[in-house]
Amino acid sequence: MNASTETKDWYAGRFARFEEGLNGASQSPLHALRRAGFAAFAAKGFPTTAEEEWRFTNVSPIAATQFQPAFDCEESGVTEPDLRPWSLGRTGGIVLVLINGHFSGGLSSIPASLPGVSVGSLAAALARDPALAERYLASARGGGDTFTALNTAFLVDGAFVRVDDGVTLQEPVHILSLASTGGTPLLVQPRHLVIAGKGARLSVVETYGGRGPGVYLTNAVTEIFVGEGGGVEHDTLQMENLNSYHVGTTLISLKGKASFTSNAINLGGALVRNNVSALFQGEHAECTLNGLSVATGTQLVDNHTVIDHASPRCESHELYKAVLDGSARGVFNGKIFVRQDAQKTDAKQTNKTLLLSDEATIDTKPQLEIFADDVKCTHGATVGQLDEEQVFYLRARGIGATEARDLLTFAFATDVINRVHVDALREKLDVLLHTRLRQGRVNLEV
Amino acid sequence: MSLLEVRNLHAGVQGNAILEGINLSVGKGEIHAIMGPNGSGKSTLAGVLAGREAYVVTEGEVLYQGKDLLGLSPEERAREGLFLAFQYPVEIPGVTNMYFLKAALNAIRKHRGIEELDAMEFIALVKEKMKVIDFDQSLLNRPVNEGFSGGEKKRNEIFQMAVLDPTLAILDETDSGLDIDALRIVAEGVNRLRSPENAVVVVTHYQRLLNYIVPDFVHVLIDGRIVKSGGKELALVLEEKGYDWIREESGDVPADAHAAGSK
Repeated sequence: MNASTETKDWYAGRFARFEEGLNGASQSPLHALRRAGFAAFAAKGFPTTAEEEWRFTNVSPIAATQFQPAFDCEESGVTEPDLRPWSLGRTGGIVLVLINGHFSGGLSSIPASLPGVSVGSLAAALARDPALAERYLASARGGGDTFTALNTAFLVDGAFVRVDDGVTLQEPVHILSLASTGGTPLLVQPRHLVIAGKGARLSVVETYGGRGPGVYLTNAVTEIFVGEGGGVEHDTLQMENLNSYHVGTTLISLKGKASFTSNAINLGGALVRNNVSALFQGEHAECTLNGLSVATGTQLVDNHTVIDHASPRCESHELYKAVLDGSARGVFNGKIFVRQDAQKTDAKQTNKTLLLSDEATIDTKPQLEIFADDVKCTHGATVGQLDEEQVFYLRARGIGATEARDLLTFAFATDVINRVHVDALREKLDVLLHTRLRQGRVNLEV
Repeated sequence: MSLLEVRNLHAGVQGNAILEGINLSVGKGEIHAIMGPNGSGKSTLAGVLAGREAYVVTEGEVLYQGKDLLGLSPEERAREGLFLAFQYPVEIPGVTNMYFLKAALNAIRKHRGIEELDAMEFIALVKEKMKVIDFDQSLLNRPVNEGFSGGEKKRNEIFQMAVLDPTLAILDETDSGLDIDALRIVAEGVNRLRSPENAVVVVTHYQRLLNYIVPDFVHVLIDGRIVKSGGKELALVLEEKGYDWIREESGDVPADAHAAGSK
């Protein structure tokens, strides 16, 4: 029996146990979705580096570990101070806390009256309105990769955010996802659903982390639907513990004149893979994907983005940056499809990496597939060290060599941070980066 | 004792000798102009004094305020009051002029045991110094030199000089790329910063800047050596007759292309 079969058998066993626990609910449309998810996962298995999409990212450490799906919210023993490293340092506001992927009412904070806004647990939302599953969650069926399929197979809970037509939600929605592990490697699979109605506006911040040094895999899926003329900012701060794995999939659908911005900040995790996939479903929509990865040691951070210009006259911008030290590895793969009738598409992609050590590496690959003829598509990638002429200029004004290097490194990174419009998050990131980028190195928090 | 004492300085880059025995003495309150044709070693001299690591000093010594300058790092030189106005000011995206200057000034103050300035005190100082060089306030909050015009970059150099208040300023071809109005503004700024306690070394190819910054001494640098020194009138002679006559006078044969091409 090879490793792959062993893994599938393990998860088949978990899935059977999961189904037993569902009782009557196993006949629901939601469960049909889960079954399809498990079938897709079982058929595909974990990817290998022989697959083009996974060429630079070897997930065999994930495949070789028997992760126990977390079926419950293990909130016992988790107190507010445990959440602090991932909180936005402000009281009040909207905070949806997920422990091991399950909503914790006790730790969450939801204002009593939010007209035109529904926020809370996805499980509760699905119980109230089972049609949500078919209408929204089904969009990943068949189309998702192995990890999305695995998430769907065990789909129970996560965050739910809906803002009605024409409503602007001023408060950002903070989704705080915490893994709380014992000795057993844990599979944490939150599923988030964000729906912005026509002309609705909101910001969502996802933060990820783990309590204690235990090993876990966060396999999160976020689906975001932006209605006509709506606007969504989606920021992610991934700070998993350094023994753990993170696979984050974000699927975005944009109607006409909608706008979407994501800022994906990755600071933690041993092996991290983010898949961000945006689909234009109407004209004159705009999508901006930004990312910053700061890594050292043996961390691997892989960002795969897909922007599908399936409609004409849409605009997309991408800026992904990385600061890599030690033996850290970065991967960036930016796919842009411009469909045949997507004329007047304007797409720009930039990937910049700063390598602070000789051992750090980045594999960067733009992938533009253009089938329309009247389009503007540009891409560029730079990889390098700090510019010595800049360092000398600062030193020639009295700034010390190390301080000069830190200043330039911080400036490189903060370019992405400055694009975050959620003040509390931007301020937190500012402090985090100042702590991490010191003495010419990437420092892990002590 | 002079402020700067360069003795028999030999320096080069990657095994190529560029400076071949420079002797120069700069006293407080003085303005010195170093002139010479392209490739004579003017910028190398400025770079060696500021501490560019690409240059290797093979012989000689430089004393600044009686101390061994060459043993100091670039930042130590700056903290001791040496300032190089760059020929090509560097763009630094992501770092605002304000932040940069405050970090620089406070590094210098800390080194001298003076209390560092807080944000309010710094802004007050900056506002005062902006008047000296007619510096546009909007440039303060922009990243250092990013998207600045050639004139704005050079003006920014002089503005930095005004804020950092150096004891010895070396202006490396500050006139290059400037139109006459910008040249005048930059020169006026330098003149206002003059004092009996500081000194300026102006490195230039042309005499024109020296109409505005009037030097006490003019030195002609050719092929890595100062071959002639004189008063401000020497600059006018150079403007009129070029450099060839000096080569002949000093025994050099004007054989190479750039010498033959100069007027």
